[in-house]
Amino acid sequence: MSETVSPFDEAGIEATIREAVDAKTPILIRGAGSRSGLGRPVQAGITLSTERLTGVTLLEPSELVVSAKAGTPVAEVEAELARVGQRLAFEPLDHRALYGTASEPTIGGLVATNASGPRRVIAGAARDALIGVRLTTGRAETIRSGGRVMKNVTGYDLVKFACGSHGVLGVVTEATFKTLPIAETEATLVLEGLDDAHGVAALCAAMGTPFEVSGAAHLPALNGAPSRTCLRLENFESQVAYRAGQLASRLKSFGTASRLDADASRALWREIGAAASLLGSPERAVWRISVAPTRGPAVVARLGPLAEAHVYDWSGGLIWVATSAAGDAGASTLRPIVREARGHATLVRAPEAVRAAVDVFEPEAPALARLTAGLRASFDPAGVLNPGRMHAR
Amino acid sequence: MSGIALLAPDPAILARRDAIVAGLRAIVPGEGVIVSEDERRAFESDALTAYRRVPMVVVLPSTTKQVAEVLAFCSREGVPVIPRGAGTSLAGGALPQEDAVVLGVAKMSKVLDVDLANRTVRVQTGVTNLGVSAAIAHEGFFYAPDPSSQLACTIAGNVAMNSGGAHCLKYGVTTNNLLGVTFVTLQGEIVEIGGDALDAPGLDMLGLICGSEGQFGVVTEATLRILPLAEGARPILFGFPSPEAAGACVAAVLGAGIVPVAIEYMDKLAIDICEDFAKAGYPRDVGAMLIVEVEGSAAEIDEQLARIGAIAETHGATYARQAKTPAEAAAIWKGRKSAFGAMGRVSDYICMDGTIPTGKLPEVLTRIGEICEAQGLKVANIFHAGDGNLHPLVLYDMNDPVSLSKAEKAGEDILLACVEAGGCLTGEHGVGIEKRDLMTAQFTRIELMQQMRVKSVFDPAWLLNPAKVFPLENRIAKAAA
Repeated sequence: MSETVSPFDEAGIEATIREAVDAKTPILIRGAGSRSGLGRPVQAGITLSTERLTGVTLLEPSELVVSAKAGTPVAEVEAELARVGQRLAFEPLDHRALYGTASEPTIGGLVATNASGPRRVIAGAARDALIGVRLTTGRAETIRSGGRVMKNVTGYDLVKFACGSHGVLGVVTEATFKTLPIAETEATLVLEGLDDAHGVAALCAAMGTPFEVSGAAHLPALNGAPSRTCLRLENFESQVAYRAGQLASRLKSFGTASRLDADASRALWREIGAAASLLGSPERAVWRISVAPTRGPAVVARLGPLAEAHVYDWSGGLIWVATSAAGDAGASTLRPIVREARGHATLVRAPEAVRAAVDVFEPEAPALARLTAGLRASFDPAGVLNPGRMHAR
Repeated sequence: MSGIALLAPDPAILARRDAIVAGLRAIVPGEGVIVSEDERRAFESDALTAYRRVPMVVVLPSTTKQVAEVLAFCSREGVPVIPRGAGTSLAGGALPQEDAVVLGVAKMSKVLDVDLANRTVRVQTGVTNLGVSAAIAHEGFFYAPDPSSQLACTIAGNVAMNSGGAHCLKYGVTTNNLLGVTFVTLQGEIVEIGGDALDAPGLDMLGLICGSEGQFGVVTEATLRILPLAEGARPILFGFPSPEAAGACVAAVLGAGIVPVAIEYMDKLAIDICEDFAKAGYPRDVGAMLIVEVEGSAAEIDEQLARIGAIAETHGATYARQAKTPAEAAAIWKGRKSAFGAMGRVSDYICMDGTIPTGKLPEVLTRIGEICEAQGLKVANIFHAGDGNLHPLVLYDMNDPVSLSKAEKAGEDILLACVEAGGCLTGEHGVGIEKRDLMTAQFTRIELMQQMRVKSVFDPAWLLNPAKVFPLENRIAKAAA
């Protein structure tokens, strides 16, 4: 167990990194640890925690913007926003069900993993809602990119680059997000009994309508219950009513849709977002496959019995696949199939030994890998930040 | 000629001009290499017309492979390269230099694939922004980012500058609608980044490249996210007695949980000039005007406009006109969309592009008025109010060097006021050469150094669009080429 350092401010983070660089000690960056199972294991001498960097630092409802320090629980930011009728402009993905963790996810972890839930399909990912960051790099320097305004092309977009970088460029110390009003209400249309190909076709047809579907998932038949193809609408009450009618009528060829009211809809999308309960035993390994929606069902079909359970989100563009955690968790079979479909895969849950032995993230083509390595070195020349987290060194 | 310093041409490169031209001709045949001075002159500037430099040679490749070979050749020869889309940059992003090769993507303008089920299109980046939407409109889809120059500007330029537009309040800017690119490095490697899935693997290279102002490489193909057209859209026009009242109304609309697709602001001078030109029926007796557009079915639009109308009324709106027909909607937009052209008829102008927190609108508008008055210049304010992206147009006389220098000083002071108010130098036009020397007002030395290190990873010898984005002094040391 490595020593844990929990600085109170950026100066403390800079000092910790500076010392680690001098001593050539690898650092593991940690928020609350709710998603620490994501990525390759890091052999660290120090754990650098952001738990003491807390607080919402800016909340301007009329400007649709919120800022918080890295260690602030996501739940706290969401609660502050809810008080003024708003929420983050994207839907955060909560990894706790997947990893069986209990600690409150933090803003820093959300940014570092670009963790985006079902609304991704219309509202974008964390990286799209993120408009400003403060980042302490592996040079022990704190830099800002972006700011607190919606439109900003001043200098390179290091905001996007930091988002989803799993700590290998720096420690995110503060983040600023675009917010949006919380929809007045929501409802979900459910079509039952479609196979994967028809289910995904229905999702794609729905996404091609003007009704602003904000969740589009296909849950295959499970334990004798029929498959469910789910489409969420969020808006003002009257709009949701009108759009649900229109959408159901456009999807008639796929069957008769039933309608879940707001409470049932919210519960369903919490379950879909977390995915875990739909993927069976917590002992299984879990992959996330990104692919153009219409090519997804063929990928799953080719995986055959390797896919012990699966769920389509993002109109079919995100496939959660559960495999046996034994051996390489199916990597050697799965990766070529996904690559042939021009998609990519991330092994999001597997025992530490498996994650140390196989590529967790999609291996990069050589030219891209060279750019990645050069860019990482420009932020963290000594390679002390989360070494090995994304790719084997 | 005016204030912004450009790089002096390298005589050693100019001396090798014939050999460089021959090398390029060996890669790109025939008319794809432009050598005569008359023809090169067509490329001497972009939409920042106060600055002009005739490039050494212009090359217009027809394939990604040719682009790769041209870049590799220039890299080997140590020749600067200025990537160019349609040359509509208002920031001088495509301004050439005398010792450089201009590399244009104009001949690569095909829409390669339309995939409606997956809601993507694959294009060559020389296609115009409007050309993308035109290729899919009959299917009921559109490409969302809509810069004012969309008739002419290319996707290559949009990706390079991360272009926005009037409708990004709801739909985002280029980076939010870009799924993949074919990216050619200066060394001539062809790299596929992202694809047609929503997420790309690894570090967000796509996000980094978008908005890199042609300083990292050349994007020859792009996969874009497309969206279904709304059932309908309708603008409403409000007149207010003062800029402050209009600004407060914007904040109240957003605060009330309504996010229109666009909120455009025009002040008195802008209204008068646009109305003289476009006869759009704008009210002349108001201090400021808002155009608010919402989307949906007819009933949805009615409901949203009723809510917005009530808010406008409580904020003192003295004039309201809702478009009842498509023709009336077009008339409302006509004045706004012709604003830059209308302005150009009455005066030369420079168009600024700062963004501010919308809550600071009244004080920044007052400050802009003071700044221009101090220089004895008029200013017309037109901007995307919902996202705080200001476009003050500072009017001056191009034939009077003193007037130009005063306009540039006023523009500079306006942008510094935006930064001071918590905003930024540029919301959608990019830094280019225009705002290059102000970057030290926005960023610390440490921050600029890190950005320059990123450029050096792609371009160690600083050959790609080298005069742009970063002040010429205190630059990072070039790696030995």
